[in-house]
Amino acid sequence: MGGFMSLFSNWFGSKERRILILGLDGAGKTTILYRLQVGEVVTTIPTIGFNVETVTYKNLKFQVWDLGGQTSIRPYWRCYYSNTDAIIYVVDSMDRDRIGISKTELFAMLEEDELKNAVLCVFANKQDIEGAMTAAEVANSLGLPSLKNRKYQIFKTSAIKGTGLDEAMEWLANSLQK
Amino acid sequence: MMGKKDSKKDDESGGSNPFRHLEKAAVLQETRTFNETPINAKKCCLILTKILYMINQGEHLAPTEATQAFFAMTKLFQSKDVMLRRMLYLCIKEMANIANDVIIVTSSLTKDMTGKEDIYRGPAIRALCRITDNTMLQSIERYMKQAIVDKSPSVSSAALVSSLHLMKQGPEVVKRWVNEVSEAVNSDNVMVQYHALGLLYQIKKNDKLAITKLVSKFSKSSLRSPFAYCFLIRVAARQLEEEKDGFDKTLFDFVESCLRHKSEMVIYEAASAIVSLRCTTSKELVSAIGVLQLLCNSPKPSLRYAAVKTLNKISISHPAAVTACNIDLENLITDQNRSIATLAITTLLKTGNESGVDRLMKQIATFMSEISDEFKIVVVEAIQSLCSKFPRKHNVMMTFLASMLREDGGFEYKKAIVNTIIVIIEENPEAREIGLSHLCEFIEDCEFLPLATRILHLLGREGPRTTTPAKYIRYIYNRVILESAEVRAAAVSALAKFGASSDDLLPSILVLLNRSKLDEDDEVRDRATFFYDILSQNDKALSSAYILNTLNVSPVSLERALLQYNQHVTEKPFDIKVVPTIEVEIHKPSGETLLPSSTKPTEKPTASRQDLYMEQLSAIPEFAHLGPLFKSSSPVELTEPETEYNVKCIKHTFTNYIVFQFDCLNTLNDQLLEDVVVKLDTADGYEIISYKQCAKLPYNTLGIAYTLVKIPDDPSQVVATFGCNMKFKVKDCDPNTGEPDNEEGYEDEYGLENVEINVSDHVQKVLKPNFGASWEEVGDANELEDTYALSMPSLEEAIKNIIQFMGLQPCERSERAPEGKNSHVLLLAGIYRGGHDVLVRAKLAFNDGGVAMQLTIRSSDSIVPQVIAQAVG
Repeated sequence: MGGFMSLFSNWFGSKERRILILGLDGAGKTTILYRLQVGEVVTTIPTIGFNVETVTYKNLKFQVWDLGGQTSIRPYWRCYYSNTDAIIYVVDSMDRDRIGISKTELFAMLEEDELKNAVLCVFANKQDIEGAMTAAEVANSLGLPSLKNRKYQIFKTSAIKGTGLDEAMEWLANSLQK
Repeated sequence: MMGKKDSKKDDESGGSNPFRHLEKAAVLQETRTFNETPINAKKCCLILTKILYMINQGEHLAPTEATQAFFAMTKLFQSKDVMLRRMLYLCIKEMANIANDVIIVTSSLTKDMTGKEDIYRGPAIRALCRITDNTMLQSIERYMKQAIVDKSPSVSSAALVSSLHLMKQGPEVVKRWVNEVSEAVNSDNVMVQYHALGLLYQIKKNDKLAITKLVSKFSKSSLRSPFAYCFLIRVAARQLEEEKDGFDKTLFDFVESCLRHKSEMVIYEAASAIVSLRCTTSKELVSAIGVLQLLCNSPKPSLRYAAVKTLNKISISHPAAVTACNIDLENLITDQNRSIATLAITTLLKTGNESGVDRLMKQIATFMSEISDEFKIVVVEAIQSLCSKFPRKHNVMMTFLASMLREDGGFEYKKAIVNTIIVIIEENPEAREIGLSHLCEFIEDCEFLPLATRILHLLGREGPRTTTPAKYIRYIYNRVILESAEVRAAAVSALAKFGASSDDLLPSILVLLNRSKLDEDDEVRDRATFFYDILSQNDKALSSAYILNTLNVSPVSLERALLQYNQHVTEKPFDIKVVPTIEVEIHKPSGETLLPSSTKPTEKPTASRQDLYMEQLSAIPEFAHLGPLFKSSSPVELTEPETEYNVKCIKHTFTNYIVFQFDCLNTLNDQLLEDVVVKLDTADGYEIISYKQCAKLPYNTLGIAYTLVKIPDDPSQVVATFGCNMKFKVKDCDPNTGEPDNEEGYEDEYGLENVEINVSDHVQKVLKPNFGASWEEVGDANELEDTYALSMPSLEEAIKNIIQFMGLQPCERSERAPEGKNSHVLLLAGIYRGGHDVLVRAKLAFNDGGVAMQLTIRSSDSIVPQVIAQAVG
């Protein structure tokens, strides 16, 4: 059955799913993108603009847009909202000071009409560092429980160590296939 | 050229250009396709092409619509299609300055320029540098440095050339890459080496010493790239040209050695550099000319063209050297390539002798219709220099020019012909009538307004002095009937001049002017009315002042003076005398360029020089009460060259005062001068009123000190000599920072050469187009007449000296003594300080070893003639 399904998706699943990776600057978006694409940790510099790559996960093709998180670049996020299937929202779990800003940006984004049907997947990143906020803490600080009419899930991840990414992608793949 | 024409024809024949009827709105609409997934690369490529086409056709995109399209374009980065990506780079470059927030593609481009796909890397660098502004430059600095030394030539070259463009906006950052650039100069790739050398030069170009080092370094270690060699030759040549004195032998030797390089391009570049250098002597020319001669016989048309073009360029400055190539040039006359043939013929015309002229003219006439305007102008210029060389040939030339005038041609071409005819008319009185009649014929059907007005002005000036002035009236009056307002106005002015100069014609002219009083254009009507009234008075003085000899004031000053006058409520009428007169632009006949200009670099007198001084001086409160500036002298050096301090003096003459302006330059980098003042020894009744010191004179910065003196009340006392001494306080300082070592300085002084005030400082040159009329107008009330014996070796020498001493403007082209004659009349005009007209008539006769002069001076003031006479006394 599984074999049949994958054959099926190879024939008809050629449409790429579109995913945006968003979040404040320094959260680890670019590192996550390339960890997903090539499975390695690459050295990154602050993204001025965006990176776009195709990521294949279990025969599913994702077109992943990693948009720069600097204050000056955030206004341009909206230019890339249309046709988005899922949002990966990355949070630096060590950055307790700016979690509030992160929340504001998240809610502003979710209000956009073009993202009405997009699935939300929050990464509580940098779990490899001692003293990081737990997934529950991050979820509460972001106000995720108050979300309505939105399919979402939170994962604790470490882009450096590569932990949690598989689970998250698995969940995304499942959510988007339905 | 031919190729260009062909493609134009294709365009016109229609149908072949699919983008001809593009609509901006439709194309912008299409950019929405970019947002679709998956991306249709072929379709998107076509849309990008349309955008590029539109922008290159000059279609204006508003920032918002451009930005929208640009952000849609950024979506295309998801596609892996090679063609599409490269089109994308092109579009990014084109839209970089039109759309906003283009930095959004920075990360994507940096990724492409560092990626594995070599085909993306170069274009990505070029696009990235376009979208990067000064503030963002630092963030890509690391990548640029890496790219410059990249082992792929296309990447390295792209980075180098882009850096060259970045130099314009952020030179400081690019200068930090000098190590990488120097490394790239050693590249094995000819293109990279050339580009790297170019950038290295740009980085160092403001540092003379570094450039000299650069040239000597690379001239020793042999470069691989012939392009780099050519570039180095140009740098060396510029360096040689800029060195005022002292001639750098090593630089020249390098250029000379390139004459023996194995690449033809380098050989040509070296030869061209040597012959164009001002300091080249005829000995050094020989080998360079030899190379050009060789290239003239090359089977490659491009080399033949380059060689003959260079020979043509220098045929005026080095005629003898070019003559050596005459045989080779003769062979090129029948060259298949018309451009080469044209250049060869015109070169021969410039250097050849009188007997060959007819033959060459005939040859060139056979294909005049086949060459482009640009080359026709070259022919016209050759004819002009030919006419001043062989005045007797003017008949052949005039006929030739006239036939050229009748053919079709653009404005520049027609202008060149008209200019040439005018120069011939002015230089050669024998050619005047025939030249004028050709021009008359030309304006009968002339589509270029500036040329028509210019010719009408010329007719007004020259026509009345011909044997039958009446015949020109018809041509001029035809213009009044047929042409546009501009030309009609010029024609009316020309008619008035005929009326003022000839009593016989006056009644008819009055009738014609009377008709124009009803013209529909204001300017034409005003002019006609004004001239009609002046001429009806039948007063010679009036006609002379208002029709034949017009105002000689600078328009800028006149405007300023009128503005000032209008700002104050006053009963007094406006006094035109407060407006400074402009120095007459001295017409240099082209023949003068035959002399090598080795003596001094030609200082171009800008028309507004006096206006600039006026503004500068009136800004200083001490000089505010002096009144209008009458005249400023040209700068006089008061120090030897290469001394510690360099001082130049400019004399500004006012009605009752003279201001000496001392331009001081301190060439010692370990000294700071303060309170610089130039002290004058009182002399000859001149009274020193005040000094204005220059507070600080740091190293290599121009400082200005002024000294104000009062001109003696005795009007006949004008000439004086002042001893000059520069006094100042010296503070020793650190050569690097310019900071003084201590606050305590010491007093010092420095002796300068004497400053002289001559008669010419009190006189401003004014050209009286009709000297005779002015002579009568001033009258003999204050006439002074005397005879002198001058010990001058020739008439020319005497004329030159008289003009120089008196500082007056020669009129009616009387400064040119006729060849082979022993007597001449020199006519000079000007304005004396205070606004008095001065006219001088000097009858000169040459007899063995001396020149006898009968001098007659007229002026509207009684003292002035005596003062002027002092100049020769």
